[in-house]
Amino acid sequence: MHSAHPIELLRFNTCGSVDDGKSTLIGRLLYDSKSIMEDQMEALERSADITGGGQVNLANLTDGLRAEREQGITIDVAYRYFATPKRKFIVADTPGHVQYTRNMVTGASTANLSIVLVDARLGVIEQTRRHTYLAALLGIPHLVIAVNKMDLVGWSEERFLEIRDAIEGFLPKLDAFKDVKFVPISALNGDNVVDFSKHTPWYCGPTLLGHLETVHIASDWNLSGLRFPVQWVNRPNNPTDQKLHDFRGLSGQLAGGIVKVGQKVMVLPSGMKSTVKEIWTYDGSLQQAFCPQSVTLVLEHDIDISRGDMIVGLDNLPGMSSDLRGRVCWMNQRPLQPGKKFFLKHSTQTVQAILSGLDSRIDIQTFDPIPSPAELGVNDIGEVRIRTAKPLIFDGYGTNRLTGSFILIEQGTNQTVAAGMLYPPTELVKPEYNDFAI
Amino acid sequence: MSSYHLDHLQHLETEAIHIMREVAAEFERPALLFSGGKDSICLLRLAEKAFRPSDIPMPFLNVETGHEFPELIEFRDRRAKELGAKLFVRTVDEGIAKGFVTPTPGQISRNQLQIPVLLNAIEEFQFDCCIGGARRDEEKARAKERFFSFRDAFGQWDPKNQRPEIWNLYNARVNQGENMRVFPLSNWTEMDVWEYIKKEKLEVPNIYFSHERECFRRGGQWLPVPPPHTDSTKPDPYSGARPTAKDPIKKMVCRVRTIADMISTGMIDSPASTVDDIIGEVAAARVTERGTRADDKASEAAMEDRKKQGYF
Repeated sequence: MHSAHPIELLRFNTCGSVDDGKSTLIGRLLYDSKSIMEDQMEALERSADITGGGQVNLANLTDGLRAEREQGITIDVAYRYFATPKRKFIVADTPGHVQYTRNMVTGASTANLSIVLVDARLGVIEQTRRHTYLAALLGIPHLVIAVNKMDLVGWSEERFLEIRDAIEGFLPKLDAFKDVKFVPISALNGDNVVDFSKHTPWYCGPTLLGHLETVHIASDWNLSGLRFPVQWVNRPNNPTDQKLHDFRGLSGQLAGGIVKVGQKVMVLPSGMKSTVKEIWTYDGSLQQAFCPQSVTLVLEHDIDISRGDMIVGLDNLPGMSSDLRGRVCWMNQRPLQPGKKFFLKHSTQTVQAILSGLDSRIDIQTFDPIPSPAELGVNDIGEVRIRTAKPLIFDGYGTNRLTGSFILIEQGTNQTVAAGMLYPPTELVKPEYNDFAI
Repeated sequence: MSSYHLDHLQHLETEAIHIMREVAAEFERPALLFSGGKDSICLLRLAEKAFRPSDIPMPFLNVETGHEFPELIEFRDRRAKELGAKLFVRTVDEGIAKGFVTPTPGQISRNQLQIPVLLNAIEEFQFDCCIGGARRDEEKARAKERFFSFRDAFGQWDPKNQRPEIWNLYNARVNQGENMRVFPLSNWTEMDVWEYIKKEKLEVPNIYFSHERECFRRGGQWLPVPPPHTDSTKPDPYSGARPTAKDPIKKMVCRVRTIADMISTGMIDSPASTVDDIIGEVAAARVTERGTRADDKASEAAMEDRKKQGYF
């Protein structure tokens, strides 16, 4: 479980509809990686004896809320953790029916990989398209289509290929994933989940776990353009220690790229330039830092910088605008209509925003935009225009998930009501303006 | 592996630091719940990493049941002092004296009674956010809780109506009287905590390591024998929690895996005397951390194995 060499962390989510074996699959992964403990197993067996007619229900492992157990449904995203000697895994188990979009967006927004389950008997259904679309929309780099219940179609290679062809037929339209893997499995019996199945001699790919352990995730973070949203200004104000008293650091987590000591940087929105003097951390100063490290930058010049500002490199500049376009997943029962006002949180700043236009609603079956809807209902996805009270410093979501995303917060209730993904800027910040520091 | 690459502990660390800084930046009066236990020890190191060279910009808060391990209290007070942090302690006894806490007759454990004391302290100090060390792998309901877990004016969590939590964009907005509980270690497992303690060379209270102690068997657990009652002017705080003639006392080589207070912490039979030993025990553990707190089943593992094989 622990070893000397560094172990990577893979976050994935599982999507599927009711009865497609999603919970069984997670149970199988946990069980076969020895992550289910004795007392959990005993509790499962106890509840099976009492309520399940002797059948152990692996869903009870993840359904932790009383209401969920009472009603036999999954209400919210559950997180599970397991490890193999190769990797550690965080699994977001996203329930299939109620509040689907909301749950999947919550569970998948930070995922490296999505597993979409397909019932081999049913093939590609509406849910399959929806799940795949959402995974693409959220910019999840790696997709696995797990064709489950292969035992119930006689381990037919023909059936497997039929399903693969159907999905490969619409993938180009989504133009999203770095890689897509199709795996024929039986979650119930464990075939091709952890161990290879003797029923699929025609399949020469990896097992599901084998793929999770080896899929290349090192380049999932954007390392090309320096983005450092200032999160907290670090000023010790220590009157007894002059050096500490003069310390003025900018604390934050790199949202993109690499920063180096001596590098020339620009602070946005002011456009002031300076040089990185020190990359301070508790464990000592660094010569360079990269996304997603949390560090504290000290600049050569004492310029006015506060939370919400963004420090960027001079190449690969972001966009800066108060007029934004993008897609939103609407997650509130009250519909979204043009003219509504919100708080918009983007990187480390929260600004007032107004929905200035509703361009389309996406048809989740055809993936086509339907122009000029009157409103977006709960779980709808649409293309919107937003005007903010202050300009955002941003990238397209496809380029950088951290600087291309935002949430909308309803004023008054403070509910999070939308997840937004920005389109690329039409115009980039120009390196020449305000070319001075002091 | 490229040099621009973080391992799993570094990932968990940068996520937690980001969350702590969001708390410092977004809330007016945050507090950090520090008990002296292993999870909150990790929180302190993360706070140092998030805020140094500045002071940690929030006080520590701890709620005592009155049945604490003295080792833990000593450790808690010393660490707060070493870090230069202000530590507020509120106690169940105080709550009872002031009348906002009413013990259930016959109930010895004061676990439940900590809740009104905490809520009262939040009100007293006007805290709008409390950082806690809870983890999602501890318990099934916790597995569904957000990093930023909203509490209404009565301090209640509404699991059916949680705010969606998307990317690293945490919605920290609360109205007057409402507050937030924030759990930077949500994605950490028990193993991650011990690996982090090892990596950071963090000091933990010595009761986590194997030592000799008088314990007695009750309710399927080995409970520590409470300290003797010396001050006869006051009632015995451990009244009802002391071994009686029918509770066999045994001198054990034992340690704690998880710490509540002396009344509800089961000691585990363990020779683990270093962090490496503990990591080895966690790796080989057959029951969850909570499982040992409720019931020590270590000796029944063989029977469990058969059950397991019969099932799958």
